[in-house]
Amino acid sequence: MNLMEFIDMGGYGAYVWSSVGLALTVLILNVVTARRAVKVELERLKRRYGNEPTQGAS
Amino acid sequence: MWTWFHKLSSPPHFYRLSGTMIPWFGWLAAALIIPSLYAGLALAPADYQQGDGFRIIYVHVPSAMLSLFVYMFMATAAAIGMIWRMKLAHAVAVACAPIGASFTFLALATGSIWGKPMWGTWWAWDARLTAELILLFLYLGYMGLRAAIDDTNRADRASAILALVGVVNVPIVHYSVTWWNSLHQASTLLKKGGPSIPPDMAIPLYGMILGFLCFFGAVSLTRVKREVLVREQNSKWVKDMVTSK
Repeated sequence: MNLMEFIDMGGYGAYVWSSVGLALTVLILNVVTARRAVKVELERLKRRYGNEPTQGAS
Repeated sequence: MWTWFHKLSSPPHFYRLSGTMIPWFGWLAAALIIPSLYAGLALAPADYQQGDGFRIIYVHVPSAMLSLFVYMFMATAAAIGMIWRMKLAHAVAVACAPIGASFTFLALATGSIWGKPMWGTWWAWDARLTAELILLFLYLGYMGLRAAIDDTNRADRASAILALVGVVNVPIVHYSVTWWNSLHQASTLLKKGGPSIPPDMAIPLYGMILGFLCFFGAVSLTRVKREVLVREQNSKWVKDMVTSK
């Protein structure tokens, strides 16, 4: 099978590739947003604790 | 078993365990999805009726299955949170909702793209399609309800009830193609007498489904970590962990 045939998908290329592209986009966005949510929260907590007066041990 | 359960429900333990599990799930997902997608798109034979158009199955079916699986997982977690008043279970349910919504959207969108060349329409108010759309609204409703309630405990209870009521929609989605005369084709994999597709078509599909499940494992645990941080921000272990870095 040559590359052009693979891309054409027997005339269904636009449908198949847009589905695959959409799926990969959803997967990547899931990873990016989930990881960013943890990072943002850790940074927020760091700032919050940093502003609090330290208690007890130096 | 009970001590294991008890230990797992302790937020600091769960947080650390998630940290080690996420890379495993993540790499396993990549190791399953990449070769399976390649095999499905390039190696599996074309369908005798749908030609190469059937290859949309390799993204559509895994996302549709996950949309239902994640919902059941979310509702189960919400029920555990309600019955045993386990806060971590509520955190798990919260983490599931956006992921489930994204896979429901993907199932609807890829289904629509598949429907155009095969049925001649992007959308039909068909039983299967409508029930899947209701599933998307249940996920969005769950997230909206939580966003509208400031108090975490009240949000946990209210959203858990919504998640549990919505469970009735899950069998409707699953059996809609059997109960009603649907435009949507019947299940190829989950049927009496075994799957009706040859192994070189089926194996990449199983690989994609397993890969999507592992992917859900990795992403949901990541979201649970965030949820645990928010809920445990006044506890000593979170403070120690954040300030020691």
